Amino acid sequence: MTTPFTLIDETRVTRVDAKMDDGRVLVDPGGVERATGWVRKPEGLCRDEVCVPVRNAGLDRDGRIDLEVMAQTLHRPIAVDTGEGAAALGTSAVDRGNLLASLEAPDITLPDLDGRTHSLSEHRGKKVLLVVYASW
Amino acid sequence: MDLPVWQEVHQELAPLGFTVISVALDKDPEDARPWIEAASPTHPSLIDTEYRLAELYNIVNVPTVLWIDEQGRVVRPNDVMFASDAFVRIHGLDPAPRLDAVRAWVRQGTTGIEGEERELQSLPSETDQMARAEFVLARWLRDQGRTEAAERHFRRAGELAPHDFTIRRGSMPLRGIDPMGPVFREMITEWVGSGHSYYHPLPK
Repeated sequence: MTTPFTLIDETRVTRVDAKMDDGRVLVDPGGVERATGWVRKPEGLCRDEVCVPVRNAGLDRDGRIDLEVMAQTLHRPIAVDTGEGAAALGTSAVDRGNLLASLEAPDITLPDLDGRTHSLSEHRGKKVLLVVYASW
Repeated sequence: MDLPVWQEVHQELAPLGFTVISVALDKDPEDARPWIEAASPTHPSLIDTEYRLAELYNIVNVPTVLWIDEQGRVVRPNDVMFASDAFVRIHGLDPAPRLDAVRAWVRQGTTGIEGEERELQSLPSETDQMARAEFVLARWLRDQGRTEAAERHFRRAGELAPHDFTIRRGSMPLRGIDPMGPVFREMITEWVGSGHSYYHPLPK
């Protein structure tokens, strides 16, 4: 029997069907692809031109994919709450670290109070002082 | 609050090819509105309700400032900088020399850390990234009204990354906790009492 499950990939939220098996979350390959873009192929887990070999035989269970083994294979963190039927896949420390170490400022688009969006990259050619604060 | 001073800095230096971009990490634009309206910014003054910037730039507390050059390169990574001296007795960081350093950067191109940018850029650990995944899950659960489950994951995130105050303090308004109140004061007393610093400015 499957149950509805919410899989969050960074900021993207997707509803999939999951099978719970002894605390493991098993999602069908189609659901995994819709939620994350990763496709299970004979050569491994693939997205765009990249394939990551699968060394853990526990990835495939009953024709489904074990979410936590998948995260481990991709070196990505995953927060899971089986009781609530939800999980969040984060960014790997290696990927984030490489981006930060490149010193290329990651682009971001955010709204102002009027809902008008601004991108950091619109300000190329200027020096930018990025000031991050909060009301708390 | 520093936003009016940042706006003055923006106005002073904008003619020299410079802009301030201020970003509030707040759950709701309305939380930031009074601060922004009081400053009447002409610079982009943005709101990040999902704390995406904290994830992208490995930001662990506020205020944090970064200097980004004309090519989109970080030339002075995550630093602590106050623009006004309203709380100088608490944080001990005199704004005047730091504001002069910004002026020198805009006018002469000096950052004070030439060649050391990369080693001064802090990088997240696997545990830090796990904390961020827990934080994302917690916020989603909170948005669904599943308060108790959300609280478990907010706590877990804070336990994994005890130095990350965008999580530990930044989650308080999402959890119905006063971020200036006794829970915060207890947290900071414990943190500082065990030999840690609340603010981590660059060494120079």
